[in-house]
Amino acid sequence: MLTGLKERVHEILPRDGFWSLRAEHERNEVVRVRQNVLQPIQTTEDRGAMVTCMRGGGIGYAAVSSLSVESLRKAAARAGEWARFTAGRAVFDFSKIVMPHPRGNYETPAEKPWESASLQEKIALAVRQCARLKTDPRIVDFEAMLWYTKTTSLYLTNEGGEVQQTLHRLLPFLKVTASEGARAQTRSLGAQSHCRQGGLEVLDSVGFATVGPTLAAEALELLGAPNCPSDKMDLLLEADQMHLQIHESIGHPLEMDRILGDERNYAGTSFVKPEFFGTFRYGSDLLNIVFDPTDPRAFASCGFDDDGTPAAKQYLIERGILKRGLGGTISQARSGLPGVSNSRANSWRRPPIDRMGNINLEPGRSTMEQMIAAVERGIYMKANNSWSIDDSRNKFQFGCEYGRLIENGKLTAVVRNPNYRGISQNFWNSLKMVGDASTVQCLGAANCGKGEPNQFMRVGHVTPAALFANVDVFGGD
Amino acid sequence: MQALFYDIADYIIRNLRKDETALLSFEGERSEFVRFNHAKVRQAGSVAQHDLGLDLVRGRRHAETSFALSGEAASDRARVDAVLADLRGRLEFLPEDPHLLYATEVHSTERVGTDELAPAEEAAAAVLAEADGRDAVGIYAQGPIYRGFANSLGQRNWFSTHTFNLEWCFYLRDDKAVKSDYAGFRWDRAELKSRMTQAAGQLALLDRPPMTIPPGKYRVYLAPNAVVEIASILNWGGFGLKDHKAKISSLVRMTEGEATMNRAITMRENTREGIAPNFDQVGFVKPDAVVLIENGRFKQHLVSPRSAKEYNVPANGAPVYEACTSFDMSAGDIPAVEVLSRLDTGLYINNLWYLNYSDRPACRITGMTRFATFWVEKGQFAAPLNVMRFDESIYRMLGTNLIGLTQERTMSLSSETYGGRQVASNRVPGALVEEFALTL
Repeated sequence: MLTGLKERVHEILPRDGFWSLRAEHERNEVVRVRQNVLQPIQTTEDRGAMVTCMRGGGIGYAAVSSLSVESLRKAAARAGEWARFTAGRAVFDFSKIVMPHPRGNYETPAEKPWESASLQEKIALAVRQCARLKTDPRIVDFEAMLWYTKTTSLYLTNEGGEVQQTLHRLLPFLKVTASEGARAQTRSLGAQSHCRQGGLEVLDSVGFATVGPTLAAEALELLGAPNCPSDKMDLLLEADQMHLQIHESIGHPLEMDRILGDERNYAGTSFVKPEFFGTFRYGSDLLNIVFDPTDPRAFASCGFDDDGTPAAKQYLIERGILKRGLGGTISQARSGLPGVSNSRANSWRRPPIDRMGNINLEPGRSTMEQMIAAVERGIYMKANNSWSIDDSRNKFQFGCEYGRLIENGKLTAVVRNPNYRGISQNFWNSLKMVGDASTVQCLGAANCGKGEPNQFMRVGHVTPAALFANVDVFGGD
Repeated sequence: MQALFYDIADYIIRNLRKDETALLSFEGERSEFVRFNHAKVRQAGSVAQHDLGLDLVRGRRHAETSFALSGEAASDRARVDAVLADLRGRLEFLPEDPHLLYATEVHSTERVGTDELAPAEEAAAAVLAEADGRDAVGIYAQGPIYRGFANSLGQRNWFSTHTFNLEWCFYLRDDKAVKSDYAGFRWDRAELKSRMTQAAGQLALLDRPPMTIPPGKYRVYLAPNAVVEIASILNWGGFGLKDHKAKISSLVRMTEGEATMNRAITMRENTREGIAPNFDQVGFVKPDAVVLIENGRFKQHLVSPRSAKEYNVPANGAPVYEACTSFDMSAGDIPAVEVLSRLDTGLYINNLWYLNYSDRPACRITGMTRFATFWVEKGQFAAPLNVMRFDESIYRMLGTNLIGLTQERTMSLSSETYGGRQVASNRVPGALVEEFALTL
């Protein structure tokens, strides 16, 4: 589909200034079975390209769904017009930025490629797993889903840059709701956080074919459970809540475009200031956060970002101290601060901005049993179902599907509607134990919203479970 | 663009077999985006996109897909040939769909908007000039938006509009800002200047030492932009029939007879007075209005064609995700000029942010204040407030603790651009509420 472009790129991109062409072909396939009824198979096929121009200090882009040379030349002309308009009116003299002209290839390794099973086999699998969720008359809604995405991109520049990447992503999902009267409780497979790169082997690693009855049993258990108590107590977060905690209160505040103010009208700013880097104590000594686009399993892995910077692992926070932010080539030039390879666009229809990639908490040394045993009075929570945080990423409140009290070092009563709230820096400084490798899960989010114009982005979070001290916990009405 | 859609639709329909029906939907736009920060351009560009949805029906079986059209006939026809072959292959093994429902009575419509926009560079230059000297951040978007439907039964529906949408903040310092917008169909430089002057004037109110208040219960005024945020979260799973039947709706207590809102609350999907097209993706024409909540009691669900078939009730024009696109909330009896005096002492909240359910079945919502929020004492603005978290039930907020709604309402056009520029609107009043719970 993208063949022929690289041979003719010199006919499309002018020589003066920096020019790039980012062509993409993406195919989505969603198999979903709800209440034992196969929903319409959703397939989408998207293709198009964006031409970007930096010339005379200005910047411009133009995106079109036609990949003909004639259309792309018109797009280049339009991008050039925008660059001319913005020259002298831009937030930065873009002529000062040295953009890379990379060469390379990357493809997600997949042990069992998605295409190795027929659509009929995938439908049959989803039908079977959906049926296993209906274990009781009080189960009123239940569904199973497989969402596969294949993205092929070709990035070309006017000075010989040429990167081809193919990413295979899979998001398996199960959800079950139990109800009596107006009361309802839902359990799901990680609240859609079990998203990874790879092939059908992902299904085995997340328990897609085995975990359904357990989710149904937990939904029924929650239905009869007491409301979560309100108190300050220790909080043990499972990996499928930790990923959200990291995403909202570390990932977003470290995005350089927020720190530079670009997002203040929409997604928000950040409590992190440029002068924080190198000295600011973000959390306890146990907090080690990395930007790692090199883990082949993780949802946002790649070989290069969408401005052509090679992917590389970097420490963002080391032993609790803030080291660097999430800024791509352009944000690094604007801020004068070190960054990472995180200029990313969600499709050919949108320009790259600073996004998360994979933001991971490195494992500690504690087993889950050791963390539970260390709690005199606390609560264990898993599977995010509510998220809210202020626009500078300080005051947060999160909720989970499932809670269980911890008393005198043991898990005791299950509680429904568990929520907690806090302030980012205080919370991460209350981190008192980090789970070891046995508690680590490879997770992510398929629809992180940000940017003007808006973009939904796929991000990854590989994280262990972790224990926090003295957190404000509460329940529902 | 209409010709592009109808030409490809005709081509598909000509290539159908005798026992096949095709349902075709179209979404397109040609957009210009200028993103700015500190009154300077961060990114500027153009996006042209057109996507075709094709649902191929054979009896009770159907297979659907959507794909980007290139706009070049030969290329698009070749793609259609491949797509039809793929869908026919799927129809060989897909089971019958018990919830398939599509319009079989032909009801063609056409609404063609006129282009009264300024050239994008001219409008963007005006925005930058008027904002010059301010810490202005935001986005300007403009251009035509297209929606279409066609089927092999002979129906054709077309909708086009040409809109602009400027949304910006003037920042004073830190997180203290005034958020404003200017959106519509006919660009007017004088109106832009007026709105920017008005926004700049409001900054003076923020230029006082900010106050921090402790958590507690407060009397608050929620300005229309804050009410839009509440409406948006209710629109996320509150009104759809499927969510109610699955017991996951946030308003399930209303349909179970366990909760009501204040009698002043009436909410409707008001297609006739909105800006969205009046047809859906399977060919049904939407009713002028669907009353969702009337005088505080649940009246009607939003019902998509699939839900209509599943639950054996009439469809009422809702999309598959069963949410409003033309949300409308009735006015109350408080004159806007009396808001401050009726508030007396409490919070004047212009904007809310990042709402989510903290207890969905109880319709309890948490979120943050944002931008210009003020402490008011004895009917006078006293000081800007630092951001606060709230956690409050809709049944208290718009129920027992609602003092009243304003007589005036604000119509706002959606500035959302996920996937494309949205054609949606909200018309809401402001709300005066007591005992509003601030928690952090």
